[in-house]
Amino acid sequence: MIEVRNITKRYGAQKALDDVSFSVNDGEILGFLGPNGAGKSTAMNIITGYISATSGKVLVDGCDVLEQPMKAKKNMGYLPEIPPLYEDMTVKEYLYFIYDLKKCKLPKISHMKDICSLIGLGDVYGRLIKNLSKGYRQRVGFAQALVGDPKILILDEPTVGLDPKQIVEIRDLIKKLGKRHTVILSSHILPEVQAVCDRIVVINRGRIVADDTEKNILAGFDDEKNIYLTAQGDKQSVLDSLEAISGAQKVSCKKAKGGELEIVIKSAKDSDIRRQVFDSAAKGGWAILEMRTSKPTLEEIFIRLTEQKEVG
Amino acid sequence: MGAVFRRELKSYFVTPIGYVFLAAFYAYAGLMFYVTGISEGKVRMDLLFSSLVIVLVVIVPILTMRTMAEERRSKTDQCLLTSPVSIGGIVAGKFLAAFTVYLAAISITVVMALVASIYASPDWKVVLGNLIGLALIGAAYISIGIFCSSCTESQSVAAVFGFGVLMCTTFISSIASQLPFEFLTKLADKVSFAERYYTFTYGIFDISNVLFFVSAAFVFLFLTVRVVEKRRYS
Ligand SMILES: Nc1ncnc2c1ncn2[C@@H]1O[C@H](COP(=O)(O)OP(=O)(O)O)[C@@H](O)[C@H]1O
Ligand SMILES: [Mg+2]
Repeated sequence: MIEVRNITKRYGAQKALDDVSFSVNDGEILGFLGPNGAGKSTAMNIITGYISATSGKVLVDGCDVLEQPMKAKKNMGYLPEIPPLYEDMTVKEYLYFIYDLKKCKLPKISHMKDICSLIGLGDVYGRLIKNLSKGYRQRVGFAQALVGDPKILILDEPTVGLDPKQIVEIRDLIKKLGKRHTVILSSHILPEVQAVCDRIVVINRGRIVADDTEKNILAGFDDEKNIYLTAQGDKQSVLDSLEAISGAQKVSCKKAKGGELEIVIKSAKDSDIRRQVFDSAAKGGWAILEMRTSKPTLEEIFIRLTEQKEVG
Repeated sequence: MGAVFRRELKSYFVTPIGYVFLAAFYAYAGLMFYVTGISEGKVRMDLLFSSLVIVLVVIVPILTMRTMAEERRSKTDQCLLTSPVSIGGIVAGKFLAAFTVYLAAISITVVMALVASIYASPDWKVVLGNLIGLALIGAAYISIGIFCSSCTESQSVAAVFGFGVLMCTTFISSIASQLPFEFLTKLADKVSFAERYYTFTYGIFDISNVLFFVSAAFVFLFLTVRVVEKRRYS
């Protein structure tokens, strides 16, 4: 379990993190979501003890990362944004070095074999790291984090720069790892976090703007429901008849072109007014070409959450 | 520490820096051995030893330029500093690896002494004293080089910086002797690496000189640890 308590990090006058607190429970996959420059890498570097916070502290299983670094670091495997690879070593030499560095006690050969088969490194085991493709380098980075079988894995944007097939593979791998490890996964890509994580922390400009499950974050924005309507008829009379519907809170015409009207109707979340819309069209003698409802997606919420802060 | 030491030592011979260092030292020492010893028909090992300082000032920074700077440039320090190893252990591992290569280099002087003993037996005590002096000044140089490397991300800057610092610490007394202040000259003699090293080559084994080099090595390794630690808070 990781507890991040009131972390602030300043770079000169700029605050990269501002009073950030959250916690990660055992066995959880936590998504750390935020646009570029939000402070994700900074937070992960602080959690792993690479850099120190200006104030606040991080507890890993109750051990302060600064006060008991050996104990805390033994429990964590870290894949930084840029995998920390020594170009002039082979994959095997590199992983053996990491094994020695972490003073790992597991049986060396079989442990390495387990990691390589889990990650799919068998083909390149004897190759020099500088000759590996981006996808394989990322995997070697993963392997490095897994050496010593740490309880907690911290992964900083592990899919950046990979092609779509590799991204799918890496996501599957993270899901697999999530069964046996506590994982913090940072990303600026929403669907990735949606696909993999149990809980999502949204960060923007160094502040946490949401910390909940995907469902609950959506629920917070669930107080409105939109109906998107494409209609054909006289603009004014269509709008008048829609506004007469009791459940419709706000009717606006987005576009009127070639006799087709694109209309958005906002309604309360617990009312379904599609039937009334149809009835008023039948009564008013105008046609519905298309009608669909939509709740705000996490994508829209993400943008709104992050925009709110920019104004404030 | 052991893991860092082994990796570092190996990397000296994967990247050619280790070979370049050894080759440069052997070539220079060989030439000096010829000039000061064999060609004169006399065995003057002390001249050989005192002539080595100047080449060390040039090549030790090359040996140490990668140590800290390259880790930072390639972000591999992220892996070292988030592993359960102390910064002191990392720096010590790097120092010992460089020092091992250095010992391999200076051990050539033993071979030369053996060659010289064909003509006339050298004073082995003096040779041993010289060798210890050479090892000590090397330890101090290496730790200065590592310190310089920790101050930058660029290997070449580290090498030039290291060269500059070694020049100053080594030849400070020659510079100060040009100045008209006597106390400065005296002070410079005290901290000059060359002056202290030359007393070894005269065959004088002064414990204060030993302590001087050992503490210089420790001070700069300690400063390296501080630089790395400090950077986390910047
Ligand atoms: N070493 C540094 N010095 C100064 N500013 C930095 C440094 N590292 C990061 N920052 C700033 O801190 C902010 C957060 O950066 P980062 O944590 O890398 O964001 P993310 O990983 O979410 O993209 C950015 O505005 C960045 O410019
Ligand atoms: Mg980042």
